[in-house]
Amino acid sequence: MKHKLLALGMACLLFGGTSLAQQNPKVFKGATIHTVSGDPIENGVLIVQNGKITAVGDAQTSIPSNAEVIDVSGKVILPGLVDTHTHLGEGSGGDGSSALNPDVRIYDAINARSDGFHRALAGGITTVNAMPGSGHLMSGQTVYLKMRDARTIDDLIVTNREGVFGGMKMANGTNPIRTMGPFPGTRAKSAAMARDLFVKAQDYKSKVERAGGDATKMPERNLQMEAMLEIMEGKRIVHFHTHRHDDIMTAIRLSQEFDFRLVLHHVSEAWKVAEEIAKAGVHASIIYLDSPGGKLEAVDLRPSNGRELEKYGANVAFHTDDGISDSRFFIRQAAFSVKEGMSKKAAIEALTIAGARMMDLDDRIGTLDNGKDADFIILSGDPFSVYTRVEQTWVEGQKRFDLANPEDRSFASGGYDVYRSNMHIHYHLEN
Amino acid sequence: MLPMLANAQIAVKAETIYTMEGAAISNGVILIRDGKIQQVGTAAQVNIPAGYEVHEAKVVTPGLVDGHSVVGLAGILNAPGDQDQLERSSPIQPDLRAIDAYNAREALVGYVRSQGVTTMHTGHGTGAIISGQTMVVKTVGENIEEVTLVPEKMLAMTLGTMTTSNFSSPGTRAKVIAMLRTELLKAQSYLKKMEDSDPAKHPARDLKMEALAKLLKGETKALITANTASDIQAALRLKEEFGFKLVLDGAAEAYNFIEEIKASGAEVTIHPTMARSSGDMQNMNMETAGKLAQAGIPVSLQSGFEAYVPKARVIRFEAAEAVKFGMDYNEALKSITINPAKILGLEARVGSIKAGKDADLVLYDGDPFEYLTNVCIVMINGKVVESQCN
Repeated sequence: MKHKLLALGMACLLFGGTSLAQQNPKVFKGATIHTVSGDPIENGVLIVQNGKITAVGDAQTSIPSNAEVIDVSGKVILPGLVDTHTHLGEGSGGDGSSALNPDVRIYDAINARSDGFHRALAGGITTVNAMPGSGHLMSGQTVYLKMRDARTIDDLIVTNREGVFGGMKMANGTNPIRTMGPFPGTRAKSAAMARDLFVKAQDYKSKVERAGGDATKMPERNLQMEAMLEIMEGKRIVHFHTHRHDDIMTAIRLSQEFDFRLVLHHVSEAWKVAEEIAKAGVHASIIYLDSPGGKLEAVDLRPSNGRELEKYGANVAFHTDDGISDSRFFIRQAAFSVKEGMSKKAAIEALTIAGARMMDLDDRIGTLDNGKDADFIILSGDPFSVYTRVEQTWVEGQKRFDLANPEDRSFASGGYDVYRSNMHIHYHLEN
Repeated sequence: MLPMLANAQIAVKAETIYTMEGAAISNGVILIRDGKIQQVGTAAQVNIPAGYEVHEAKVVTPGLVDGHSVVGLAGILNAPGDQDQLERSSPIQPDLRAIDAYNAREALVGYVRSQGVTTMHTGHGTGAIISGQTMVVKTVGENIEEVTLVPEKMLAMTLGTMTTSNFSSPGTRAKVIAMLRTELLKAQSYLKKMEDSDPAKHPARDLKMEALAKLLKGETKALITANTASDIQAALRLKEEFGFKLVLDGAAEAYNFIEEIKASGAEVTIHPTMARSSGDMQNMNMETAGKLAQAGIPVSLQSGFEAYVPKARVIRFEAAEAVKFGMDYNEALKSITINPAKILGLEARVGSIKAGKDADLVLYDGDPFEYLTNVCIVMINGKVVESQCN
């Protein structure tokens, strides 16, 4: 028994501390590197240390003498993929007691050890926007997560430059409409209820401003209004589920009336109003699906949404909406959009930096540049080929997925008991 | 009499023709006459007669055959009125005919056709012990008589929680099997009485029993959706006990029973590679189709049933992902052409490119499995039914 405890303690010393200690630089040499901020680099060099990128360049890039050099010739390196809309993490948001739940944080409901996160890693996803809901006008606060090796939720969250680690989920169209309870029964009622909340938030905001920092003059604390205030101040971005062209325009109209920052999600009929979306300067997070339909609002979904949004200059990203689509197949969305005429450049941006912008994380992730987080993936080949595999997924300099590891291979393919248990123990001893 | 103008005589030239009858043909030609394949061979072997309308493609495959779908009973809207794949009034309804529910003009039929599917095994879906009958259709045509290849092909049965969740009883896996065995015993008895030489001793006509009697006589097959270990084994036991022809469907955990499945002689329509791994599908493995094929089991892929979005799956994409997960390329092509054609007993008409067979072809601008490849022309019975690359 004593020996066992001692051995355990040694293991902690050996492995538990590595992420804190100064590490030798790691050099990934020989791959085609899509930095996303510039043109792809053939036979490139990527150097990472202590969770950050310290250099990226061509074959002439100088390699530190203490570096561990990893030959990745013939491979393709991309920034870690960014999924702007997922339901991984087993969390839910607001309940049936209210259609508007700005106070509800999915942060309080995520299972940090959910085995579903391995699906994301197997698909090359390193950062996600985990969504509450759905079925409300406002389902609650979303949470931005890095696919780190986590014991608790706080090991996963990533705080952006605005000081928040999530946005706010809203929805319109048929999604929030219910026949019972405090829910809207029509589209116009949906908009009226949302506007009413924003009007209250404006009032709260002016009270806060009138207090001028004097705590005694501040309005009483109100969790709903505090979150709304972050929206009104531009710190918290609204992630708005919307499908039909008129519902898209309603979401834009609300954002203009109340001056909040808006990411449109799903946007099935984006191709009908792509110019308007671009002109409004709002973001569009789209999903590719293998067939239209499944619900009335998705009947007119087209794989040309990416092309049309790109054409008019909108910032466009992809999302999985996992379990609507599986995180392990995220990268195919880019390929199918390219098939429909989206540029390869825009399609790769839509898997990476475009999504980072939608979470105010573009200063940290989404491109491979000196000083950014060492989040990247190693592909076996062309990102737009069906035969290409995600071979490795690295998050902040830690290897979190390796196809050569049998257990990770199971996470990629599935199998007996692979995804059954939330208590699934998965060790990564090699950092 | 007016001359028959409907079918132009057509020649298809392609860099690669996957005939599914031996090795692929490089630089090949297919001649089509009166809706049938007239001749196929290399450009050196086949002369294109004058007056033939010539189409060119990078790659040609047979028209794709979907081993198991619900498209046409399940519609694109997913709204009450276009979801006829499952009747929940009773868990055992072998009398429900697919021909009474199939909508040949359903938008999803057009969608899967545009993705290369020319023959589809469709009908009643998963979710009941016996949900009803299936049928085989061509994916072009406006009314049921025109599209039907086989009006009554299989009886769709589902074991496990996909069924128990829909009814107060059966509420357990074992009860599903007990109820199914009871019904099959009744059918055995019905069949025995029907075979009596004295017509006076025949029982009153019973539509349910009639459908089950056809199964017991081997005129139809049992399409049993069984995903978990216990349900797969139960399906194989049922086949043994009642001697019917079994098509094991879904089969998420088949990788643990490859030898048993092979020994049983059951045919397999495996779950879509990208199916959702939830419920009884939780242990699915995307490598299974490849492993079954490697073991010598002729695997058919299927689009299956989707309850939400996407509402239909594209078998070509499912086969492509199976290749990524280790399936042999040619086996993957077989899984969406000749293998399902054989399961459906239609290998003399569809599923490969051979003189005398229906001229159902798909013309591509590249590797049929690649993401960036378009289906450019789809032909059914020698007629171009899709002519836009997508």
